[in-house]
Amino acid sequence: MKIYTTRDKIFVACNYIFLSILLVIIAYPLLLIVSSSFSSPQAVVSGKVKLFPVDFSLEGYKAILGYQDIWVGYANTIFYTTFGTLLNLFMTIIAAYPLSRPDFKAKNLVMVLFTITMFFSGGMIPSYLAMNSMGLLNNRLVMILPSAMSVYDVIITRTFFQSSIPKELLESAKLDGCSDFNFILKIVIPLSGAIIAVNALFYAVGHWNSYFNAFLYLTDANKMPLQIKLRTVLVLNQMDITMFGSADPTMMDKKAELAQLIKYALIIVANGPILCIYPFVQKFFIKGVMIGSLKG
Amino acid sequence: MNPSKSRLKALKNELHVNWQLYILVILPIVYVILFMYYPMYGIQIAFKDYIAVEGISGSPWVGLEHFEKFIDSYEFKRIFMNTLRISAYSLIAGFPMPIILALSINVVKNKLFKKSVQMITYAPYFISTVVMVGIMLQLLSTHDYGVINNLLSLFGIGPIPFMTDADLFDHVYVWSGVWQGMGWNSIIYIAALSSVDQELYEAATIDGASVFQKILHIDLPSILPTIAITLILSSGSLLNVGFEKIMLMQNASNIAVSEVISTYVYKLSFGTGLPNYSYSTAIGLFNSVISFIILIIVNYISRYVSKVSLW
Repeated sequence: MKIYTTRDKIFVACNYIFLSILLVIIAYPLLLIVSSSFSSPQAVVSGKVKLFPVDFSLEGYKAILGYQDIWVGYANTIFYTTFGTLLNLFMTIIAAYPLSRPDFKAKNLVMVLFTITMFFSGGMIPSYLAMNSMGLLNNRLVMILPSAMSVYDVIITRTFFQSSIPKELLESAKLDGCSDFNFILKIVIPLSGAIIAVNALFYAVGHWNSYFNAFLYLTDANKMPLQIKLRTVLVLNQMDITMFGSADPTMMDKKAELAQLIKYALIIVANGPILCIYPFVQKFFIKGVMIGSLKG
Repeated sequence: MNPSKSRLKALKNELHVNWQLYILVILPIVYVILFMYYPMYGIQIAFKDYIAVEGISGSPWVGLEHFEKFIDSYEFKRIFMNTLRISAYSLIAGFPMPIILALSINVVKNKLFKKSVQMITYAPYFISTVVMVGIMLQLLSTHDYGVINNLLSLFGIGPIPFMTDADLFDHVYVWSGVWQGMGWNSIIYIAALSSVDQELYEAATIDGASVFQKILHIDLPSILPTIAITLILSSGSLLNVGFEKIMLMQNASNIAVSEVISTYVYKLSFGTGLPNYSYSTAIGLFNSVISFIILIIVNYISRYVSKVSLW
């Protein structure tokens, strides 16, 4: 069956070369950051790390362990991500399920109410004033409540419910006297593992990487999420190097070297967890997008 | 029985049968009202002189004064052109890449290679904006540890001050964005390609079509509707350039080319001791209105050219 002509063989070979070059361009910077984070401060600062770790060391990670401020941010981010994602899943399911029921009369009205918000928003200042009047400024809840539900994900989830929960199940459950609440808990949720996994990943990544809401609405340093702390170190280049041991001036050069190494280790510590999780959910991505693109 | 009474009865019946569904949607509706519609109510301060003690509704109306002030201001042209230039460049450079990647991945027969390419090209998408800019500052640095400049010096080029040279700002911003989003944005096309009828390929093979011809005459036409929709949606957000990333990449040496509408709005409201909420809201609203007009125009063109449109 497979009859590749010479022309085709050349094309396919070129395609492999193209993709391989692309892989190198994408993977090399990532690999370099991992390698740098495991190298010695001197090797990093002098640019000796080209591909693999040079003078393997864990000094960067050790220094982070003692960097109190980062761990405050880390704890806050875990808190916001956990509770934020749980609330997201709850809201998405309770919004998507009624919308998936053809016999729910208010369906179109609710749908219009939701869809408008995908195209229009208050903008930066009106949102700020709204948060202010609800007493959410500098309140931990501002990291969770304003992003409690994404209409886009509700629509995808609704379409999933429509296409993968058989109507007959609802009918027979109704005959057995099963309430809607029970039907969601006992039938809908157990049958929707794939879409819940994709939703959980998207929401969790959103919370983990979120920076803007904290930047705009929070002021207390002890409420700030990891991303704000990272900005101080990675972008503004402000690191309290006295935190790493004594303030001995002869140690200053060494500390400046260490400061560069810490950045690499920090990037790994900050983004590592997510980069480890997404490959497990990857197989659902394409499925999720296909469901979402179905018109319903 | 008159019609209004029977409608009332139908409503009662509906509430009696489906009351649990109504209970379920209450919370989501309260959410969109509080966090989506309530902020929209505040947009009116763009047409008012907002005074904090008077509140949103109590502040006096001034009509289009703030809009006129912005358009007449000496910064207007620069900021508006910056916004347009950066976003148009992002769209032109960033839009075709995911399509090429998807078509290219679709040709690959080796399952393992295919999976690896997908997994690795998705990875950068999960890096947060802050970390992304941090990575750029490290790797593109002109210090000894700036790896990219070290590599370029092997070819006798550089060192190039990527992060501080104002002329390079657009390129660094756009191509780092392509690096980060290319793989992720290809998913929608890969999904569209996976539903192409296999018989089409078989028929084309029998007719003696080459691999490249199949891409041109089968793959490309079948993802054309997806391309059109994505193009319409991206042009709708043409003026919504990545506020977070630009804000993080801004420094004293590139501010002349990197100031865009959204960063300007932020600075007018939070970067000064004398915030002018009404004026910055007007600028934000101006941005949204222009975006919406672009969306309508592109949607209109697309409906006539490719028969695909959002509405």
